[in-house]
Amino acid sequence: MAAIEAHELCRTYKTHTGTFRRRTKEVEAVRGVSFTIEPGELFGLLGPNGAGKTTTIKMLITLLIPTAGSARVLGLDVVKDAREVRKRIGYVFGGERGVYERLSGYDNLRYFAELYGVPPKLQKPRIEELLELVGLKGREHERAEGYSRGMKQRLHVARGLLHDPEVLFLDEPTIGLDPVGARELRSTIASLTAAGKTILLTTHYMFEADALCDRIAVISKGSIVAEGTPADLKRGVGQGSVLEVEVYGVDEETIEQVRRLGGVLAVSVEEREQAQVLVVQTQAEVELTSAILGHLNGGQVGRISQREPTLEDAYVALVTEE
Amino acid sequence: MSTLRLLGVGWYFQFKMILRSPFDGIGNVLYPLFFATTALFVFRAGQSPRTLVYASLGAAVMGMWSSVSTSAGSAMQRERWWGTLELLVAAPRHFSLIMLPATLGLATVGIYNLAATLLWGHFVFGIPLTITHPLLFALSVVGTVLAFGGLGLLFAVSFVRFRAAWVLGNFFEYPVWLVCGFLVPLALLPGWVRPISWVLAPTWGMSAIRESALGGTPLPDLLLCLGLGAAYVALGVLVTDRVLYDARGRGTLSLT
Repeated sequence: MAAIEAHELCRTYKTHTGTFRRRTKEVEAVRGVSFTIEPGELFGLLGPNGAGKTTTIKMLITLLIPTAGSARVLGLDVVKDAREVRKRIGYVFGGERGVYERLSGYDNLRYFAELYGVPPKLQKPRIEELLELVGLKGREHERAEGYSRGMKQRLHVARGLLHDPEVLFLDEPTIGLDPVGARELRSTIASLTAAGKTILLTTHYMFEADALCDRIAVISKGSIVAEGTPADLKRGVGQGSVLEVEVYGVDEETIEQVRRLGGVLAVSVEEREQAQVLVVQTQAEVELTSAILGHLNGGQVGRISQREPTLEDAYVALVTEE
Repeated sequence: MSTLRLLGVGWYFQFKMILRSPFDGIGNVLYPLFFATTALFVFRAGQSPRTLVYASLGAAVMGMWSSVSTSAGSAMQRERWWGTLELLVAAPRHFSLIMLPATLGLATVGIYNLAATLLWGHFVFGIPLTITHPLLFALSVVGTVLAFGGLGLLFAVSFVRFRAAWVLGNFFEYPVWLVCGFLVPLALLPGWVRPISWVLAPTWGMSAIRESALGGTPLPDLLLCLGLGAAYVALGVLVTDRVLYDARGRGTLSLT
């Protein structure tokens, strides 16, 4: 039995425009998403903002009802068996919300332990164990309003693990964390997989997905555009190469001209301090350096380099494809 | 047993949060004194000590009711702002069992409101603090708190479904003062208002508190108050699943 099965999941939202003449508009957030996650697997769902990652997760954790399609977690239907599903899953999301700031970290965990039905005798040792795991030991009796973003995030993780769920949903858990905090959290996630938990992780950080995930699905505009191991996805653009050109001010029109060059797979611009870097993915056999520089004629150009594609390049190519 | 435990633990943490809220704290300290002062100035014209005790008790229950009607709405709104509402819904326990301790916590603050109003009336306006049946008075106060908590649950459940419903909490604050006879005897109200008063537990809670303090038979009123409170809880539990299904269908749980 698969740990998580999503079959043709769809979800539309109604939004309103106007104040006096209100108009209702339907937005398709998720359009026919299907995937299967095996027990013990760490599955990554990658996609840009608004791609439908969180909506997909919220359908799987029973907070949203799918408009069409179906999903099962540990064989249980997420709509019909919602309460049974909730007993067996944990949910952690990124950011500072989701914490009772007027309570201490310990009291937050104590309250949620009760809500998640942790047996009274097990609550104290379980909370102590989790405080140790997420590194909040010694600060647990302080009010959560004084916690840093990283500490609140670690409190989220502890809360999500209170009832020792078989399946964990981690929605951008490292967002906003400093590098050390993010690294510690990644190591915690890796140890959870080693302990046999099934994890569905969404993230924006490609290196994170590359390092942690057994398999990845890339979601764009509500649909899955690629699925496979990180190596599979890299191979998808593996035949090409990546040209990075440091520029100081590049306009949309120039980017569009570069994008239209024959042999170009994808173009993106990264901000690096005062400069921008034009990242151009090309087919392997094509040499486009002079053509690209020709288009950048009017602007100041810095360092130029060529490298092998990474998972991030694969991701950019997938989500920028029309 | 585990349900009682959940209610107890939930009440403890919710009450702890209310006590630590500066906004609620200042409101809860000042409102009863304001209500008491206004009511006692109005009723002082009657120059009857019994009327003043009547007004003092009415003002006290006004404070209790205000803390439930306005705070239940803002408490649910805060759960939305804090991003904790989704976590409560995602918990495996029945949502009504999670909400009931929260509204009971708010109603418990009402006990302070009651005590503060009576003491303010005593020390500032010289109203005697004589309670004819102390035990029945205590039971009436507890019964009223429980019934208010049940009514708060109905409010809270509707706030989950209708985001703007918390405004209605404020809207209900003042009509209930009148309709439930907090300040004016029900006999003075038009006949068509009475059926509305009868289905509202605060009417019977108020009456039980007055009867026990002024010397009367509070038990029938207290039983009616508790019965209506239990009916509110039962209705709240029954509609919770439907309301949550609807909110999950509309995708409004994460909205602020």
